[in-house]
Amino acid sequence: MNTNLNFEQIEQRTRTRKRWLRGFTYLFLTLWAVVVLFPFYWMLLTSIKSYSSYNAEYVPTFFTANPTIQNYLDAFTAVPLAQYLLNTLVFTVVTTAIMLIVTILAAFAFARLQFRGKDLAFTLFLALMMIPSELVVITNFVTITNLDLRNSFLGLILPSVTSVFYIYLLRENFAQIPDELYYAAKVDGTSDFKYLTKVLIPICRPTIITITILKVIECWNSYVWPRLITDDPAYFLVSNGIQSIRENGFGRENIPAMMAAVVVISVPLILLFLIFHKKIMAGVSRGGTKG
Amino acid sequence: MEKNQKKGWLYLLPAMLFLGAFLVYPLIDVFIYSFEEGYNSASQTFFGVGLYNYSYVLHDPYFLQALKNTFLLVVITVPLSTGFALLISAGLSSIQKLRDLYQTVYFLPYVTNTLAVGLVFMILFKKTPYTDGLVNLILGLFGMAPIDFITGPYWAKMFVLCFYTIWVVMPFKILILTSALASVNQDYYNAARIDGTPRLRIFTRITLPLISPTLFYLIITGFIGAFKAYSDAVALFGTDLNAAEMNTIVGYVYDMLYGNSGGYPSYASAAAILLFAIVLTITCINLLISKKHVHY
Repeated sequence: MNTNLNFEQIEQRTRTRKRWLRGFTYLFLTLWAVVVLFPFYWMLLTSIKSYSSYNAEYVPTFFTANPTIQNYLDAFTAVPLAQYLLNTLVFTVVTTAIMLIVTILAAFAFARLQFRGKDLAFTLFLALMMIPSELVVITNFVTITNLDLRNSFLGLILPSVTSVFYIYLLRENFAQIPDELYYAAKVDGTSDFKYLTKVLIPICRPTIITITILKVIECWNSYVWPRLITDDPAYFLVSNGIQSIRENGFGRENIPAMMAAVVVISVPLILLFLIFHKKIMAGVSRGGTKG
Repeated sequence: MEKNQKKGWLYLLPAMLFLGAFLVYPLIDVFIYSFEEGYNSASQTFFGVGLYNYSYVLHDPYFLQALKNTFLLVVITVPLSTGFALLISAGLSSIQKLRDLYQTVYFLPYVTNTLAVGLVFMILFKKTPYTDGLVNLILGLFGMAPIDFITGPYWAKMFVLCFYTIWVVMPFKILILTSALASVNQDYYNAARIDGTPRLRIFTRITLPLISPTLFYLIITGFIGAFKAYSDAVALFGTDLNAAEMNTIVGYVYDMLYGNSGGYPSYASAAAILLFAIVLTITCINLLISKKHVHY
């Protein structure tokens, strides 16, 4: 009888301890989720507070009774925010498109075609992955300046196109496709290019979508190169745009309008992330790093 | 066969043109620049070859400031963010309910624009004549006097920079560590449970050794990433980082290249090469240590 009671007591105690631990874990995780989400909440909140009520708050309030869209109107009229967005869109689409063509062709050559020097070329490509962009940006800046391409889309796009890592990622995927498929296509008289476009690309679509999304994120957030190469606001991307808004934006320190601009800039990528979050996270865990 | 030879290179041609022009050539050129003394970017002439650029950079107080900032940032953020990410990932893998939701939320900073969200952090921390800012308000609840985190004392600015950097790098680390933890064979845990091993011991004796390769990968990439910090600092303190005493090595390189203090590609090259000498050395040390401690 006595031992039985003891056993129940011990079990009870373990259960309580487990519950405490679980509760603590959830508390801890929720705390970090709040730290992550709070800046987003704050920028949304501030962006719908009116200029006068924001500046009247010595102690900032956590909600607002009279939301206004005036700040968004200001963001689009007082500063060329629409221009920045359009520039970024053009830059992102063109850079990603050229990157895809270059990457697919190179990955196909490495994965499928036979030619002398392929292995050596591939090893050299892999070695290129280790070159940090900070080292090459200096000469690229001089090159683009000498070509008179400052403040032009061509100057923005050309050095941003290549990503050795994506070539590597896609080559690995192409190489997984069984040889038999290629030989069957060859027997049918399919050309290499047709095999690439009609067979390989459809099969490897998930990888291609992943590298497209990763490149889009990279382009949308790129700051350093656009800052070096553009000083004409007509060619600013969103990152430079927001920096110039911060430094001499609305004529006076208009934080609500600035936050409205921040929201507008952040929303496209957040939407993209919410739609594709599984793909993005899988793609990043396969080897993306930020910056 | 001869046709095939050409075809392979033809497919590679676009990639080789881009990489050659914007990656290989610049890499060689940056070394040449760094040894050309007195280079003038207008006339593209120089009057000597030697180590003067390096010595100039090493004696420049702005560079030394940037070096100090970068080292502090690395030493503070890499261990903190890695350890914290490990805690969160361990917490994540111990729950079932809401796990996907938490994971998705935690990843959000990865996709946001560093410059844009940095402004939000600036507002949260900034003390202006109109308001002390939200962070100071919270500190006030604990009886602390308001601190100007953005234009105030050095340690306060460093604190914000480290805080924001950690906020930015956490998503990647959590993601990688969570998948590493999920890949640990459950049999080990079951065996330990039968033996009645305490949780902490399970963690230090089973989990840590099994995920140590991932941990070291994160530490190495963390070091490399933190040494290249730049846009986080710009987001918080504006483009004139030298005036804010918050410049980083990469920031110094860009400032030498362009902007108010710009026009000196030789100094920029020397500083960039110094940075990569440092990064390379530290990566090698990391690899040596990991060889001793990592279980594959």
